[in-house]
Amino acid sequence: MATATEQWVLVEMVQALYEAPAYHLILEGILILWIIRLLFSKTYKLQERSDLTVKEKEELIEEWQPEPLGPPVPKDHPALNYNIVSGPPSHKIVVNGKECINFASFNFLGLLDNPRVKAAALASLKKYGVGTCGPRGFYGTFDVHLDLEDRLAKFMKTEEAIIYSYGFATIASAIPAYSKRGDIVFVDRAACFAIQKGLQASRSDIKLFKHNDMADLERLLKEQEIEDQKNPRKARVTRRFIVVEGLYMNTGTICPLPELVKLKYKYKARIFLEESLSFGVLGEHGRGVTEHYGINIDDIDLISANMENALASIGGFCCGRSFVIDHQRLSGQGYCFSASLPPLLAAAAIEALNIMEENPGIFAVLKEKCRQIHKALQGISGLKVVGESLSPAFHLQLEESTGSREQDVRLLQEIVDQCMNRSIALTQARYLEKEEKCLPPPSIRVVVTVEQTAEELERAASTIKEVAQAVLL
Amino acid sequence: MANPGGGTVCNGKLHNHKKQSNGLQSRNCTKNGIVKEAQQNGRTHFYDKLIVESFEEAPLHVMVFTYMGYGIGTLFGYLRDFMRNWGIEKCNAAVERKEQRDFVPLYQDFENFYTRNLYMRIRDNWNRPICSAPGALFDVMERVSDDYNWTFRFTGRVIKDVINMGSYNFLGLAAKYDESMRTIKDVLEVYGTGVASTRHEMGTLDKHKELEDLVAKFLNVEAAMVFGMGFATNSMNIPALVGKGCLILSDELNHTSLVLGARLSGATIRIFKHNNTQSLEKLLRDAVIYGQPRTRRAWKKILILVEGVYSMEGSIVHLPQIIALKKKYKAYLYIDEAHSIGAVGPTGRGVTEFFGLDPHEVDVLMGTFTKSFGAAGGYIAGRKDLVDYLRVHSHSAVYASSMSPPIAEQIIRSLKHLMGMDGTTQGLQRVRQLAKNTRYFRQRLQEMGFIIYGNENSPVVPLLLYMPGKVAAFARHMLEKKIGVVVVGFPATPLAEARARFCVSAAHTREMLDTP
Repeated sequence: MATATEQWVLVEMVQALYEAPAYHLILEGILILWIIRLLFSKTYKLQERSDLTVKEKEELIEEWQPEPLGPPVPKDHPALNYNIVSGPPSHKIVVNGKECINFASFNFLGLLDNPRVKAAALASLKKYGVGTCGPRGFYGTFDVHLDLEDRLAKFMKTEEAIIYSYGFATIASAIPAYSKRGDIVFVDRAACFAIQKGLQASRSDIKLFKHNDMADLERLLKEQEIEDQKNPRKARVTRRFIVVEGLYMNTGTICPLPELVKLKYKYKARIFLEESLSFGVLGEHGRGVTEHYGINIDDIDLISANMENALASIGGFCCGRSFVIDHQRLSGQGYCFSASLPPLLAAAAIEALNIMEENPGIFAVLKEKCRQIHKALQGISGLKVVGESLSPAFHLQLEESTGSREQDVRLLQEIVDQCMNRSIALTQARYLEKEEKCLPPPSIRVVVTVEQTAEELERAASTIKEVAQAVLL
Repeated sequence: MANPGGGTVCNGKLHNHKKQSNGLQSRNCTKNGIVKEAQQNGRTHFYDKLIVESFEEAPLHVMVFTYMGYGIGTLFGYLRDFMRNWGIEKCNAAVERKEQRDFVPLYQDFENFYTRNLYMRIRDNWNRPICSAPGALFDVMERVSDDYNWTFRFTGRVIKDVINMGSYNFLGLAAKYDESMRTIKDVLEVYGTGVASTRHEMGTLDKHKELEDLVAKFLNVEAAMVFGMGFATNSMNIPALVGKGCLILSDELNHTSLVLGARLSGATIRIFKHNNTQSLEKLLRDAVIYGQPRTRRAWKKILILVEGVYSMEGSIVHLPQIIALKKKYKAYLYIDEAHSIGAVGPTGRGVTEFFGLDPHEVDVLMGTFTKSFGAAGGYIAGRKDLVDYLRVHSHSAVYASSMSPPIAEQIIRSLKHLMGMDGTTQGLQRVRQLAKNTRYFRQRLQEMGFIIYGNENSPVVPLLLYMPGKVAAFARHMLEKKIGVVVVGFPATPLAEARARFCVSAAHTREMLDTP
């Protein structure tokens, strides 16, 4: 029955075909032919560019020339020729074959040469060998490490401490462990490079405030508060941090910690304090800038320092409350994924701590020497002293710059070379010019240690004066 | 003859039989009755025989149990969190200060969920403190926990003579002091322990120069530069070499230091599948043809980041294919030989020697001294102008202190030992002993039916355990039997593939390896 209906419909259609007017048929025929043509013609592509032929691709691959991986450096680049020190970098140092008095290594407490420290390191070498062959999680934790962490925590009067095997990696791993994308960090303009790298790794919002300018910081905090009120839900999960240094390496000034603590409680931000230069220098017992100002150490959330300056070892540590520090044991990258500190260096640090605890008088001696040389170096024509009088590492900058940084660097290098000829070892403060956020002006770095006698300080001051006069005038 | 269970798949090439490969021409490997010659017909076959890897899939029931285990753990975790919140159960973790309660919380609850609930249960398997040199045998300090691993207490007893299968002591050079270490003692007494300055300022000692020359000689390249920390070598030098407008192609399973260095550099990062040269080739082609995204400008440089031996997988990089690709597309190659220097290759010079290639073909050879040399620190070696560029522009040379003198002396001593410059052939013997131990160990484990990942010749042997419960039980049991092993789980490995990792060392004797 169905086929009959079909046939019947077909018959009707054929009949309709015969009965249709001619123009209708012709029009439809033309349309059908057009459709067939369109169906079989090549498709029209709008974007010819993305369809390269294989030959063109090969040509592109042939033609492409990358830049050289390490572009050649001119032979007389100042940084290429290091000062080679033969022998230990102690008080009397042999640089490039000439014996000088060392005003360039950060050996504040003179412990690099101390026989007790060396004996402790030797004992540990005999027991443990040299390396640790593993990260902390996989049998790289030695009892010396646990000992050192305990001692540091007790010395700084905090609950817990954690050690890293490299000073640079300490703060650069500590900051990204707490501050992630979306958090806000207020940091000083003169922060050192390690802090900058830590901030870059953390991918948080960074707000710079003018160096040591609390009014500027408060202005930024207020702006942030206004932002928060617009979006309270987001504000409830955005963490805020203030990162400062105790004694700034780039300018030799101290951070105003009491005002910072006040701002902390007012605007609910946490403080991370980097005490590389001030640990073992400031304060009655060498506990750093918190002891210097008499602030309760629990008010600071995290204190990080490296052991390479005062403790004459290698590595760094962070200390604070267990609540804060314990987190780094699983998420501090430089802690979990790197081998632990060689035990002989840890033993050396423990012995250095012992010495620091036994003679708290050396800190006062160091302060006195700093004050002496600051006074002696005032009034050199052409050079100005940048840094506070109790900072053992300060800078000498040109009073008026010649206009180009290269020229300045060359002048300062002249001064340094001539001082070296007269047996005073100095160095220029080195920066990576293209990578720093706020590049400090070129300067000579002068470091005071407890081992320098008063007359050596006087001699250094007069040498620098003479050389500066000769070169700059 | 070792019989692999099931077919072994290695990057699409099906090897139905396994041959013991042997790069040394003088040794007669008669272990399995097969004597191998180094000269082969056709280069590709030679390389194929070197790359005998196996990454077996686990049977289905094991995977099901693993996921079930994690599921139950998570459920219990929610339950305990709930009880802790409501004060039913005591909270043992440290808490925020009273004065700072109204600050934005430092940690989000979810981040610590895994740590609090799953990790805490088995925390005693990690961070085990030891009190002797990390040689083949060491002493582990015993510790117990009274409150389910929240805190530990040392009993004061020491478990002596535990066989060390966990430390990266490949050549057995980390050992107690003996007379041959006298030079280190002398250096320590003369130079002290610290340096207190950066390389650019006053921190370059003559020891550093001596060490750099020796490293360059060992690796057969033009120049080398050493740094104080292996992790920092990567994270501070990759940003100095590449920057914005460059492309980094990095392997899926690269180490954290490489990932951090790549991120800090600001270059675009693209990831290719682990050891998969087709994936890498496709990415290279697209990069060169299409240039940077959106602007279509050409890339300034393309850098391929790979590792010599991957520590979690135990696989060795397919170097010949990658070098062929690199030459064709004019990219630069950066190899991180942290685990392979001193450990693979007939004389211990790393993956380039393992494959018989010229080290000059790799642009940047990076490695660390922590693993095979028993010291600390890292190096980068290559052509002289590359190393000069790094001397000027590396972040570590300007801002971070240099290597400590006694550590440098230990590396000098180990290098001389390995190169035979101290008059003995002990160094070479150590390398050969390591290779023998590796193959023997792997063979025995496979005979026992475990699933082992990785290349036959890599001294890092991961043994798959899968289930979290097994992971903890295995580690504890082994410690009772006086063998120290390392177990790794999430997040260092994928969630379902927890494993135990053995590090074979030249100092292990046959009996020690036979004990498990």
